[in-house]
Amino acid sequence: MSRAVPSKHALNIIDRPIARNKLDIPTVSLSAFAYLFSELISYAMDRAASITELEDRLDRVGYDVGCRMLELLSYREKATRRKPEILDMLKHIHSAAWPYMFGKTADDLQQANAADDEYMISDNDLLLGRFISIPKSYSSFVPGSLVAGIVRGMLDSAGFPARVSAHFVEQPSSSKPTTTILIKFDASVMQRQAALDAAKRG
Amino acid sequence: MPPGPRPVPQLEQINAEIFTLTYGSIVRQLIADFEDLDEVNKQLEKMGYNIGVRLVDELLAKSKQGRCSSFREAAEVVARQALPMFLNVSAAVTNWSADGTECSLVLTDNPLADFVELPDEYRSLRYSNLLPGVIRGGLEMVNMEVDCRFVQDMLKGADCYELRLRLKEHKDEQYPFKGDD
Repeated sequence: MSRAVPSKHALNIIDRPIARNKLDIPTVSLSAFAYLFSELISYAMDRAASITELEDRLDRVGYDVGCRMLELLSYREKATRRKPEILDMLKHIHSAAWPYMFGKTADDLQQANAADDEYMISDNDLLLGRFISIPKSYSSFVPGSLVAGIVRGMLDSAGFPARVSAHFVEQPSSSKPTTTILIKFDASVMQRQAALDAAKRG
Repeated sequence: MPPGPRPVPQLEQINAEIFTLTYGSIVRQLIADFEDLDEVNKQLEKMGYNIGVRLVDELLAKSKQGRCSSFREAAEVVARQALPMFLNVSAAVTNWSADGTECSLVLTDNPLADFVELPDEYRSLRYSNLLPGVIRGGLEMVNMEVDCRFVQDMLKGADCYELRLRLKEHKDEQYPFKGDD
């Protein structure tokens, strides 16, 4: 990308332009990101004592990304109202955040059958995990933990505290497992949602 | 191989902002893990080195670049092929030293540091230290041992990002086996 104007880093951080248009967003090669992610996993593996800790570290990195990403997305969307409804927020993640990050909408958004505070977002071919092969000794490790962290960050800064985790679900039809992000909302969120529903009805 | 302008191969792209945000998050994790900023700098450079070692394979495969005949050419390839190919930024090679073993790579844009402001107490942090590591790792795999560091950093008030690249020595090709075993 050539820039005729002087570099934007020369300006004070508050004055720097942020691309408003979806087409103006700069890009880097997927390989660059894949290398960075693999180094992150390498580093986290060194420092972590177990798989859970490894996923925890990835989750924390993703959390920071998610908080900031929500701001960027909301700014671009020129949304004037916040989204207090759970379903609205989840739909926003599924149809706006996913294309922003991975270039396509998430494949599925479902509510879990067992509990009504659990929702699942699925992706059949997670872009991040494309270059990752998992050895048997780490078989329960899910690279999607980074994405789970991002989703947790977005939900938290939007006011929906939740426990988010990533899981692999084997698909009979394809050799690649689907990555499912499981979102379990806090009780406070469910109470608020119930109050909103009651207000709408009554 | 004449070092004329070659088309830069197009790789599959991903949003740069998620890349920038993830890098920032990684730096923050490192700062939390190691209290000492010098350690963080070293760790970033080491991570960059590991990336560079693998990145050079992809670079050579995709750009069908032949063997570089000299350090000059290698520096040009880094600035005109590698950086645009992976990070979509272009760099200029300037300030060659008299004996041709040192040069500067000047970048006006750095996607690693896009939304970053460096507070005063982190002045000794080299935020983008991944990049010199990548260059060092990549060039070492093609048998050029170099020393690469940032001398100007826009996060610290300079007007461009300048990397000083210094050739330490050309290493001979190392064969994994000796003689006729």
